[in-house]
Amino acid sequence: MAAQETPAVVRHAEEVMGTVFSFDVRGGEGAVVRAALTEAVASLHRVNEVFSTYRENSQVSRLARGELTVAECDPEVAEVLDLAAEAERVSDGWFSARYQGRTDPTGIVKGWAAERAARLIAAAGVHGVSVNGGGDVQMIGAPEPLRPWRVGVSDPLRPGGLAAVVSSAGADELAVATSGTAERGAHIVDPRTGKSAVTDLVSVTVIGPRLTFVDCWATAAFAMGSRAGLDWLESLPGVEGLLITAGDEVRCTGGLASRLG
Amino acid sequence: MHSLKKNRPLRRIVLASAATVSGFVLLLSLKPHSSEGIAVGSSAPAPASTSAASPAPSGGSSSSSGSSSSGSKTVTGDSVDTRWGPVQVRITVKSGKLTDVTAVVYPTENPRDQEINAYAIPELRREALSAQSADITSVSGATYTSDGYKQSLQSALDSAGF
Repeated sequence: MAAQETPAVVRHAEEVMGTVFSFDVRGGEGAVVRAALTEAVASLHRVNEVFSTYRENSQVSRLARGELTVAECDPEVAEVLDLAAEAERVSDGWFSARYQGRTDPTGIVKGWAAERAARLIAAAGVHGVSVNGGGDVQMIGAPEPLRPWRVGVSDPLRPGGLAAVVSSAGADELAVATSGTAERGAHIVDPRTGKSAVTDLVSVTVIGPRLTFVDCWATAAFAMGSRAGLDWLESLPGVEGLLITAGDEVRCTGGLASRLG
Repeated sequence: MHSLKKNRPLRRIVLASAATVSGFVLLLSLKPHSSEGIAVGSSAPAPASTSAASPAPSGGSSSSSGSSSSGSKTVTGDSVDTRWGPVQVRITVKSGKLTDVTAVVYPTENPRDQEINAYAIPELRREALSAQSADITSVSGATYTSDGYKQSLQSALDSAGF
């Protein structure tokens, strides 16, 4: 048996931010890994407290009501708002951290938090870590030597089926985010109209190094629709996309094939 | 289990798949092609192959390798020249079922190629993939709620703990 090089596996699922975050950590020193995992989980709950728009007294709720300034909030608030502004700029406004005129970074927070949790654990000296924040995955390293992470992209039109499998082979950092209507119905807002996005898509999956951004790109491309969304994703360096239309067609960027495993 | 017994259904599937794939490639290349299609001949380097006790079947046009711990086999077909360039396809068979199709070599030169790569190959793969057989480490999909998680593929992976 070639079991000697298989890194130890630590898994954990944590309910937070209205969904479940799944951790898969490979290798590293046991006590150090557990401490990092505990810290990462605590960081997610802290993010929820600070950023939740469902909590009247969260910093972001108070910020939106004008009761706090950004400078009075935790430094993470300014960091996330800066990242959201960058996402808004790159997506020409299709991604937005405002809702009904108020500051609402909900669309970026979950991906950012999952990426940050993955980096925190990676810094503990593990072989690999994968954090799945409710369907959006950040991977760093690899599960085993010579074995990549493999992310199944669920097929919204075939329950239980996969539309593709994305491999992390050749990438030290890779993220996969999917936006769609399959789980929660129409919830993506067209920032231009303030209403539910009118789109011919049922799902958009975006692949790139950082979950913070690929999550935003998936949301933006979904709102754009298949034609504009695919063209736009194609224009982003280091980013690939897989789009599934309501007509049951699969479209993808030219370089996606190199990411499929 | 003897390799011979296992390989027979595999070989049938390989040939059937090769027929499907070559038919598919023929369809795309829009030219009558002598019946060679994609002959499955060469073996793919097996990811994490630890099996020492399965001699490759000899003779015929089919051979396979890549017996992994999960019992899946990966076979790479010979490269076939189409009007637009060489196409080579790799398939994975697990428990007697075709579970994956990947184009290892495919043309990328012109817009028509890109169209094939953008539409046809993903569609072909999609038909072959199921979560139960794809050896995945996580699942990406539209964001689930805490309740939705319980029915999710990710939940199954988390509790399977492999």
